[in-house]
Amino acid sequence: MSQIIHFDPDQDFKARSRTAVNDPAQRANFRGAMDFLQAKRRGQFGDQDELAGLRAIGAAIRQNSLAKLPELLELLEKNLTANGIQVHWAETAADANAIALGIARRVGARNIAKGKSMVSEEIGFNHAMADAGIDAFETDMGEYIVELAGEKPSHIIMPAIHKTKQQIAALFAEKIPGVAYTEDVDALIRIGRQVLRGKFAGADVGLSGVNFAVAETGTLCLVENEGNGRMCTTVPDVHIAVTGIEKVVEKLEHVPPLYSLLTRSATGQSITTYFNMISRPRQEGEKDGPREVHLILIDNGRSQAHADEQLRATLQCIRCGACMNHCPVYARIGGHAYGTTYPGPIGAIVSPHMLGLNATYPLAFASTLCGACVEVCPVKIPITDILIRLRNEAQAGEEQASLRGSGAGRSALATAIWKGWSLIYSRLGIYRLTSWFISRGHKLSPVSQGAWTKCRTALKPAPKRLRDLIRERRS
Amino acid sequence: MGQESARDRAYPPKPGDVYLYSTCLIDQFSPEAGLDTLNLLEREGIRVHFPDGQTCCGQPAYNSGYPDEARAVALQQLSLFSQPWPVIVPSGSCAAMMHHHYPKLFASDQALLARATELAARVFELTEFLVHVINFKQPDRGSACTVALHTSCHARREMGSHETSAALLSTLDNVDVVVQDRIEECCGFGGTFAIRYPEISEAIVSDKVASLRATGAERVVSADCGCLFNITGRAAKQDELAGIAPPTLPGEHIASFLWKRTSGIPS
Repeated sequence: MSQIIHFDPDQDFKARSRTAVNDPAQRANFRGAMDFLQAKRRGQFGDQDELAGLRAIGAAIRQNSLAKLPELLELLEKNLTANGIQVHWAETAADANAIALGIARRVGARNIAKGKSMVSEEIGFNHAMADAGIDAFETDMGEYIVELAGEKPSHIIMPAIHKTKQQIAALFAEKIPGVAYTEDVDALIRIGRQVLRGKFAGADVGLSGVNFAVAETGTLCLVENEGNGRMCTTVPDVHIAVTGIEKVVEKLEHVPPLYSLLTRSATGQSITTYFNMISRPRQEGEKDGPREVHLILIDNGRSQAHADEQLRATLQCIRCGACMNHCPVYARIGGHAYGTTYPGPIGAIVSPHMLGLNATYPLAFASTLCGACVEVCPVKIPITDILIRLRNEAQAGEEQASLRGSGAGRSALATAIWKGWSLIYSRLGIYRLTSWFISRGHKLSPVSQGAWTKCRTALKPAPKRLRDLIRERRS
Repeated sequence: MGQESARDRAYPPKPGDVYLYSTCLIDQFSPEAGLDTLNLLEREGIRVHFPDGQTCCGQPAYNSGYPDEARAVALQQLSLFSQPWPVIVPSGSCAAMMHHHYPKLFASDQALLARATELAARVFELTEFLVHVINFKQPDRGSACTVALHTSCHARREMGSHETSAALLSTLDNVDVVVQDRIEECCGFGGTFAIRYPEISEAIVSDKVASLRATGAERVVSADCGCLFNITGRAAKQDELAGIAPPTLPGEHIASFLWKRTSGIPS
């Protein structure tokens, strides 16, 4: 029996965002969290000149990586291989999961301990492993909480930021055997930690993401606060790292400025508790560390962004989340409403390459173009310009379309309205006539003006236009 | 988007002539703000030229993903300013469109790009012009009052004119400027955003109105009509629903506010 699935990304996004703005508890959670994170970041960047200098350096490093991307990836592969780390290339999410599954099966793995990795969310790693009968479980506290709740991360840095401590307390009491309800945050963290620590010892494979992959040395850098990243990459016998191809940097000296920008922009920390540099598997005579280390380099649409002169800047992102922390829309609707792995402004500009613009175009319009994201982006991605470009693409006719899914948001009615608008405002005679009629008919202007008057009083045209008043005054 | 570049801008000496580009919203909905801009400039001894061919800067289409339609409208404006005089725009948003985005809009045509770039260099938002070119200082003839300043996001982040708006208000001795929470956050207007996603827009503007009300300000002053219509329209709707007659959070364009206070007209 076949089933027809109705799929309208615009209506879907509208429905999800409507639900989100009408949830006062969740809105309060996000507002409080965003205020906190904004203040933390502000505290790190008191010196505006230092910030401007560091951002310029960060942007230049990332632009250098992207300008030399093919050769840097080859150099990375060469140096990782020389270090004994096995490199795999995945064009799609399915390819990446198949490679990981192949490794897991070869070593007879029954389970995989996961450090926090948004790329693993992007490729649907946990589901792919579950389908193959392998238990991939989260070890990051936030990821563990959303996994326990059967949800997805609502933020790229703080996956469970949409939850209150009361909700987490209830969740733990319900889902973890023998745990009594407590709202004491330290106690909750202790409980989670106890559960998770027990799991590392029995893990067959550890999975992690990568923050920076250094080409000249063949080093994988991993930034984290909880120590679970270190456990995942050192305790199990096999470590698999997954990352997007854009995460490469040319030189080791490129890491400190990016690391500093990342932690200060993300959580307002000068430095994280852990910073892991992984350069080889366990050597002869060493007592710990994985016997095998693998890196899966994933494209999953990134090449499309890289090939476009303007959209390439999307790949400068170091995944700090500052854009969402400062976004007035994200603060009101939260991460889940976006419906993509990466929410907020960065999600709106990166997701079209992974999922097709046809699936994600409403997100490009879900912005007031206020530019708060551009102002705080540590690597100076021109997010608003890219959003405008994606709006153009979403409504492009066939001859102008250049992305997968371009033109999906085109509507005959909207096109006709804007053509009419353009005609009025580009032909002086028509504008004079139209605006004159609107002024003369100001008393007839409608009290109900659609979406505008749902929460506002109606706009009233003035009885005389400025040009009339100036003419009267000067005649 | 460049706060950094906005601060570094070089300003010309005070000119004898300027163009006034009043914006479509002011022409049709808020002409008094245009007249008061004219008053402020003429009082400084400047001849103000109002090209009658002006319509709209094209931003609505540009931001909505219709670049061809935006270009057609922007092209109509490009031909209006044949003399090398500064172009004064009483809106940070429209000024940013002409100053920052016209060169991007015409990037693919060398001849038009040259004209757009030349024009962009002499487009000034009203308050930056009053502060940096005129060195505005007029005695405050109004009675004591409390206001809050809202700066549009394009004015703030593309023109840097939140600083010049604040500087102008600080020259008025009897005006107490109160600062609302999250002053730098968007009001939720975003042009067609308010129509496309009305629930999200409502959530943002309602928070903005609440933060302004919490200051106790008698009115909100802004250099952008779009934000003003959004904020005061929301506040007026709340008044209406509560059965309150005179608006409890009225708004005024900064040009009108400055002109009335310094010429002795009661607000």
